[in-house]
Amino acid sequence: MTETTFRQALNDALFEEMRRDERVIILGEDVSGGAGGSSGERDASGGIFGVSKGLIFEFGEQRVIDTPISESAIVGAGAGAALAGLRPISEIMFADFVGVCMDQIYNQAAKFRYMFGGKSTCPLVIRTAMGAGMNMGAQHSQTIYPILTGVPGLKIVVPSNAADAKGLLKTAIRDDDPVVFFEHKALYNRKAEVPDGEHLVPFGEAAMPREGDDCTVVAIGRMVLFAEKAIDGLAEQGISCDLIDPRTLSPLDTETIFESLEHTGRLVVVDESPPRCSVASDIAGIVASEAFDALKAPIKLVTAPHAPVPFARELERAYMPGPGDIANAIRELARG
Amino acid sequence: MTDWEADALLKAYRRMKTIREFEERLHLEIQKGQIAGFTHLYSGQEAVAVGVCEHLADDDYIVSTHRGHGHCIAKGCDVIGMMKEIFGRADGLCKGKGGSMHIADFDKGMLGANAIVGGGPPIAVGAAIATRNAGEGKVTVSFGGDGSCNQGTVFEAMNLAVVLRLPTVFVFEDNGYSEHTGVSYAVGSKDIASRSAGFGMAAERVDGDDFFAVYEGMARAVERARKGEGPSALECTTTRFFGHFEGDPQNYRAKDEVERHRAERDCLKNFVAHVTAEGWLETGELEAVDAEVLALIDDAVGQAQASPPPDASSLTTDVYVSY
Repeated sequence: MTETTFRQALNDALFEEMRRDERVIILGEDVSGGAGGSSGERDASGGIFGVSKGLIFEFGEQRVIDTPISESAIVGAGAGAALAGLRPISEIMFADFVGVCMDQIYNQAAKFRYMFGGKSTCPLVIRTAMGAGMNMGAQHSQTIYPILTGVPGLKIVVPSNAADAKGLLKTAIRDDDPVVFFEHKALYNRKAEVPDGEHLVPFGEAAMPREGDDCTVVAIGRMVLFAEKAIDGLAEQGISCDLIDPRTLSPLDTETIFESLEHTGRLVVVDESPPRCSVASDIAGIVASEAFDALKAPIKLVTAPHAPVPFARELERAYMPGPGDIANAIRELARG
Repeated sequence: MTDWEADALLKAYRRMKTIREFEERLHLEIQKGQIAGFTHLYSGQEAVAVGVCEHLADDDYIVSTHRGHGHCIAKGCDVIGMMKEIFGRADGLCKGKGGSMHIADFDKGMLGANAIVGGGPPIAVGAAIATRNAGEGKVTVSFGGDGSCNQGTVFEAMNLAVVLRLPTVFVFEDNGYSEHTGVSYAVGSKDIASRSAGFGMAAERVDGDDFFAVYEGMARAVERARKGEGPSALECTTTRFFGHFEGDPQNYRAKDEVERHRAERDCLKNFVAHVTAEGWLETGELEAVDAEVLALIDDAVGQAQASPPPDASSLTTDVYVSY
């Protein structure tokens, strides 16, 4: 094991997969950066968050492609290159920009295989940075995955730590279906132990970073960290929880959630997104319709409010569900 | 100018005639209630699809549009499989899951028709990245109508193709109407070639009713692409003999317009007049092709009618490779 940042783990995954398979290419805005600039420095950015740093020097301009600010072309070209035999990674700088290339994601890449009667594969990965907490305002802070999780044909990945980030990105690149891979901006600098050598994490298998008896907590992305904090704080009050990190929202590992509920009977779902038509409400709906008998109490959702992400520090802190909100929800359920 | 041999001319004529008869027959079958859904016919524009695709091999790529039957046939897709697909049959080219607007045939380099206007060009750019990286000298053609030239996705795709110097040819078929709205109203620059040139690519406008004009224009564009000299645009002015979709009352067209265009702007008649006047082909040779094509279309419709619909068990297959 090596202690590695989330950013470096992703960078390692890109290097490993691009070395392993020359069909893997990456394209997006400033993925290298510096083309046409007055400094003459290539790789001036290595991606706005530094995730693709260094790739251009090893793999060259044909495989590390700086694009104009043209999200539809970035995703569409990735989808077309995938149809024609490559395994592209299209980077959308901020998940919020999905709004300007939605057609290429949900009408094109997601549907090719079905519309064409199973004759095509579209091994495209769309990498994108998401999430609030950095005062970036309403158009650079959303989670966006609730909009895409319901689209048949897409796989949705939301890692919560460096080890999973690496293992899931490598799996995504090798997957034959289109995958949207969400990276929480607030996690890039966060370190965790990452297994040495080849590390792959399968899709559709949740992780369980905490185990307990009183409540099942399902948390997504950065919320896993907040839930860990909340759960660890409740231990001294004699409350223990299963904490489930789904890791992939589509496919979703419902079995692990159902199994946990059989001994806890209580469910808290934590999601940084607004509550309506969300992944939190979806998980609650699935449990209510398929595992109702296991429930001893109503399901609690801990989410952002039905509002855009605000700018001011104080407002944004109020927007984000925090460890205190999660602890309160668990306590109410466990004592109810 | 190309030195034409009889076989090449007969092949081109057979493809144009196949498209025409395929579409005219669909028009009848739709009126009889044989075909469900939304169908956009290509009659009138045959010289464009065939003039372009006669330059392409199976491993060159095309990306097509909602009005895509002509592109499919010109690229060599199986006509019987297409007819079955449009009838919604289990043994159609896409197992009945795609329909008229989503025909694809990867063995023929046909990467899919597209029901979103402007949806295809970004995909064509990606296919061109793949062939450029492979260094094969292959070409990708992005077909689009005049309507697509006003979509932002098309601007993005054209600019990216220029920036990366990709082997892409953007073919714009100006049939006079963007759905129900005239090009003279909807295209601010009036001509699409000059707008395309503004993106930094070679662009020209040719008479899309004239197979030979399309063929020669495409020859120049394909040569640039294969030599690594970057993308081109080819605007082909043409006309459609039916509405935007089948069932369109076409209230936006003068009452006699289609009749006039069928009489004066029929690319098949133009082709026949040209090749017989030049003495390249005999009327008898062309008539033999006509008979062969009519028999093929009859056979395709017969087979489509006899084919079974998809089984309900296929409803949720092919959503993913694995899930």
